Amino acid sequence: MIFGIDVASMLLGGLAAGMVLFIVSVGLSVTMGLMGFVNLAHGAFAMLGGYIIVLVMRNWNFDFVSALATGFILTAAISVIFERLLYARLYRAPELDQVLFTIGLVFIFIASVTLLVGPENQPVPIPAALQGQLDLGFLQYRTYSIFLILIGIVIVIGLWLGFERTRYGAQIRAAVDNRRMAESLGINIDRLFTVTFAFGSGMAALGGGLGAEFLGLDPQYPLKYLVFFLIVVAVGGPGRIFGAFYAAAIIGVLDFALKLYIPKGGTLFIYALTILLLLWRPQGLFGRTA
Amino acid sequence: MSAPGYVLDHPAARALAERHRVRAWEALPWLLAIAFYFAFPRHLGFGTELLVAILFAISLDLALGYAGIITLGHAAFFGAGAYTVGMLAFHGVWKEPISGLLLGGAVAALIGLASGLVLLRTAGLTLLMLTLCTMALLEETANFAHAYTGSFDGLPGITFKPVLGLFEFNPLIPRTQYVYALVVLFIGFVFVRTLIYSPFGQSLTGIRENTLRMHAVGAPVRVRLVICYTISAAIAGVAGGLWAQTNLYVNLSTLSLDRAATVLIILVLGGYGRLYGSFIGAVAYMVLAHFLSQIYPTAWQLGLGLLLVLIALFARNGILGLFDTLRRHFRAKRAPS
Repeated sequence: MIFGIDVASMLLGGLAAGMVLFIVSVGLSVTMGLMGFVNLAHGAFAMLGGYIIVLVMRNWNFDFVSALATGFILTAAISVIFERLLYARLYRAPELDQVLFTIGLVFIFIASVTLLVGPENQPVPIPAALQGQLDLGFLQYRTYSIFLILIGIVIVIGLWLGFERTRYGAQIRAAVDNRRMAESLGINIDRLFTVTFAFGSGMAALGGGLGAEFLGLDPQYPLKYLVFFLIVVAVGGPGRIFGAFYAAAIIGVLDFALKLYIPKGGTLFIYALTILLLLWRPQGLFGRTA
Repeated sequence: MSAPGYVLDHPAARALAERHRVRAWEALPWLLAIAFYFAFPRHLGFGTELLVAILFAISLDLALGYAGIITLGHAAFFGAGAYTVGMLAFHGVWKEPISGLLLGGAVAALIGLASGLVLLRTAGLTLLMLTLCTMALLEETANFAHAYTGSFDGLPGITFKPVLGLFEFNPLIPRTQYVYALVVLFIGFVFVRTLIYSPFGQSLTGIRENTLRMHAVGAPVRVRLVICYTISAAIAGVAGGLWAQTNLYVNLSTLSLDRAATVLIILVLGGYGRLYGSFIGAVAYMVLAHFLSQIYPTAWQLGLGLLLVLIALFARNGILGLFDTLRRHFRAKRAPS
């Protein structure tokens, strides 16, 4: 029984981390699937959102929910500016240019945040209602982790509905599967991409704010977790929302469990597993075969 | 060689036949490097860093600039070489520097071969991810194996035997280090230069420009890419080993994303796929970094970011590419008169 509770708490902790990974990475997955754009700066938007959320809560006494909303909206708006002015120039450029450009962007974000806010870690204040323990009947668990899992599930269901049941979602699916065909059917890919990019960056901002509790929030954030965000996208298959969801959940639980049992070498296995998986299925677990 | 005269008479044919010839200006970097030794005896440590960075950038140029393999994990091989050389010397197994360097290159080549065999089957995002993962895997392994690698603290105070039994590595007066690094760089450079002007090197450029067509003309694309990746890894490993020997320590920074990004920046700053881009890029980057990064680290990072964005948007061929554009511009102006 004790073992069962251990497993349950491990699953919950891992799932909570996985949900944060999912919320941050899902936008990256869809934009990558849509345009094949290698956006290494996605984590920078997550960081930007996290900082906006922290700063409006601290300086203007926003409550948690309205701070999250502000973070989402502002980050989405800022990302549109970047997308229209800069990203759009590089859609048809060689991958190397996209890589260089987005790494440069990451450096700019890191340096700007360090200059404007400071290099130290910014704690995100969690509302009292979400602190403490929650009695689940069979075990006590941290309320905030349960909250994150619930949020993650709500978001994935919402995204699924939006993806499968709206005209807009159908357009995205069509464009991910075959961009040229979708374009020739009269779908405005550029606008589709701008909207998706903004929405994805907004989601990343939410993830940055929600996950700051255990991922931390400091200027190095976009580089520190870059590999993890990319792993979620690559393992799940670019452009696959459920793929990203499952991949993030699996990686979250694995990371949590491995860190518990092998504190020093835990991430080693994640990298090794990712390499093996991508060798077996280069398009990711849920990606379409080319 | 008895090529029919009429073929070589064509200017294009002559240009092709003569493109591998050594031009007079190619001696310039080496003369400057020798002059540096006498002119700046106090900055030989910095000079050595610079030479190692050039060798590392050349190895990346072979894979990225010539074969078009986009990798973010080239520090994996640099670190593999550095740790091989460092660990063997630190634990007293092998302290002879030149053969140590070859061992470092061999280990890096093995890792390059093993990873290249599998990851070069992929392209695009997956390839990028796999190179990143390979590097992260090695970094985590080095962090994990504390007894051998010293984990986070690295292996400090390594000693080596004198080079050729004559020249001691002196951490305070790095004269031996500088000359040693210069010689290794020269050998590495001559090797790469010969390689890229060989038919093999030509086929790499062909693969970069149009993989499909190279398949169609019957070139063994995968095999060539794997060989190129392995050679590139070996040179990166030698550069890493050189880093360990000249600094007399090894740490996790040799395997970090930071180092991989830096070498990429150096290469694109100078201009990739151009042989001398590594020299220009390394000098420009290292001199700037040397003076700015310690005084204004944050502003330095901001400037670096802006620079990268500008290169990606406007100057895809780096500094050497800008020179080319300028030269063409002036030639075009002069031509009508």
